[in-house]
Amino acid sequence: MAKRQGRVIFEENRCKGCELCTTVCPVNIVKMNKTKINVKGYHPATVDEMEKCIACANCATICPDVVIKVETVEE
Amino acid sequence: MAEIFNKTEGLTDKQFHYCPGCTHGIIHRLVGEVLVELGVLGKTVGVAPVGCSVLAYDYFNCDMHEAAHGRAPAVATGIKRILPENVVFTYQGDGDLASIGTAEIIHAAHRGEKFTTIFVNNAIYGMTGGQMAPTTLIGQKATTAPYGRQQATAGMPLRMSEMLATIDGAVFVERVSVHNVAAIRKAKKAIKKAFEVQIEGKGFGIVEVLSTCPTNWGISPVDSLKWLEENMIPYYPLGNFRTPEEGK
Amino acid sequence: MAKVLMKGNEAIGAAAIKAGCKYFFGYPITPQNELPEFMSRELPKIGGAFVQAESEVAAINMIYGGAGTGARVMTSSSSPGIALKQEGISYIAGAELPCVIVNISRGGPGLGGIQPSQADYFMSTRGGGNGDYRHLCYAPATLQEAVDLTIEAFDVADQYRTPVIVIGDGMIGQMMEPVEFNEPTKRNLPEKTWATTGTEGKRKPNIINSLALDPAELEKHNIKLDNKYKEIEANETRYEMYKTEDAEIVFVAYGTTSRIVKNTIEALRAEGIKAGLIRPITLWPFPNKAFTEIPAAKALLTVEMSMGQMIDDVKIANEGRLPIHFYGRSGGMIPSPEEIGNKAKEVLGGVK
Repeated sequence: MAKRQGRVIFEENRCKGCELCTTVCPVNIVKMNKTKINVKGYHPATVDEMEKCIACANCATICPDVVIKVETVEE
Repeated sequence: MAEIFNKTEGLTDKQFHYCPGCTHGIIHRLVGEVLVELGVLGKTVGVAPVGCSVLAYDYFNCDMHEAAHGRAPAVATGIKRILPENVVFTYQGDGDLASIGTAEIIHAAHRGEKFTTIFVNNAIYGMTGGQMAPTTLIGQKATTAPYGRQQATAGMPLRMSEMLATIDGAVFVERVSVHNVAAIRKAKKAIKKAFEVQIEGKGFGIVEVLSTCPTNWGISPVDSLKWLEENMIPYYPLGNFRTPEEGK
Repeated sequence: MAKVLMKGNEAIGAAAIKAGCKYFFGYPITPQNELPEFMSRELPKIGGAFVQAESEVAAINMIYGGAGTGARVMTSSSSPGIALKQEGISYIAGAELPCVIVNISRGGPGLGGIQPSQADYFMSTRGGGNGDYRHLCYAPATLQEAVDLTIEAFDVADQYRTPVIVIGDGMIGQMMEPVEFNEPTKRNLPEKTWATTGTEGKRKPNIINSLALDPAELEKHNIKLDNKYKEIEANETRYEMYKTEDAEIVFVAYGTTSRIVKNTIEALRAEGIKAGLIRPITLWPFPNKAFTEIPAAKALLTVEMSMGQMIDDVKIANEGRLPIHFYGRSGGMIPSPEEIGNKAKEVLGGVK
């Protein structure tokens, strides 16, 4: 099965900086954005190397605050 | 562009008030997703407890009741007896269900009330600031067990699923967890099965979900998942304790 | 309509069914047992539901759930059981849900006894639960009145979205009298758009709730409830004035005690003593106005099957105008007309 190309969207102001999503990404691209503070005062989660995302949705599955949306991107 | 994962219609847009990393949020989402996937959201009536999830009536996108502490199974009984065609569920914590509401949950199961209970066990009282619950583990510290729970004075923690599985009216009893992605996916399957048992009119179903409480455990959200796995699961083994035989 | 000889407990059950109540949640306790027993026989016949709960606490919470669906629901119990329901009643009042709660009361405190008593007056009129709330409290003196008031109670509960208590002492529950089941006075009852019957995807979720963490919100809610209670006081207060026009001594009594007092009044009048009776039919709202309609009265004599609870409301209503006296029996002892008559003579300064 050709590797799916995924894309992750963070609704940053819902994030509480709990970091659970950073522990389940198989390609280790989900990080906390230390350069930014959201409206709640937390560093929101983010993905820099989006091209590596395989749209497995592990991050979204473990997020307790429905911050993460996952899509597949057509090549 | 195909959507793989999106916020479920089963939840409202209101943001959860839960502490960072508290897995109540995951469990709420699983229930919301299941109600949508079974196509019953429009005829669901939920009952919220007293405890951290007292505000659940703002989070589930269906008619809701806010019950007195421990009384959700009685409230649900009243609703289901009058609206047998509706889907009814209670969402309760361990203080609500395993302490003040023990009689209510046992007798709802005993009568075989056809509603579904989601029982969130985080081994502590969260809303009130970390007191010992009936499910607090031996040696686990709490604000009312400052030296850790001791069997001599507080007895052994209560295993509700095993207890309820001895009651014939409880036709579906399963304990699951949300401490990692695989467990979350299994938890959703169990929750779906519990609601299906209700929809098929077979009887009372309950899913006990082991959950974290970073704030009152005094452990980071990430480490809380590990703490749950290493401490709670050995005492509260996961698995199905009762399910209606196929075809019955 | 032909009259039927019935036991009070069963007549009240039949009245509830006549009023369209098809759902009953109860628990065994003497002296009201025949009521749940009756409902367990009759409700299945009309597609209703009877549930014997595991406790009165569970029963009142089943009422809370059932009332939230918009259906007419009822529970009944007796004194200690009603005490267990107080938290639930406070929730029902706070969440503004209609329901009917029957108390066939017995001697107290504690386990007390099973004979008739009126010692639940405070619990019924001041409320035993937490917070600022009231509830209408009907006190029938006869089985016919118990039937009429029970039927009326469902309409009043729906009209004001509030719990309504029907309280009778053990005699009301255990006596047999002929009764008939009439239609209540016509009221326009609001549609229950707030009921939780499922959004069907067509409306925002309905939420039955009494929690309001924001104090400003909770105060607004308390003021809203208070306005409702003022409206009930204005429209629903009921009482009977019996031979009070020329009465120099006016009794105050309700329920079956008032019937004993009426016999006493006949006996006293035969001896030339003009006596009358103010009989509250609603214990709450208490009929304060009645106490401004007794021009000839020189003294008030409150008679209760308790150590004296309604007498507090009599003092409030009296506003210091007349001397107030009390005669009571408690624990299930029932006052006789002679005892009450002697007390009246004593109050009027010796035998005339």
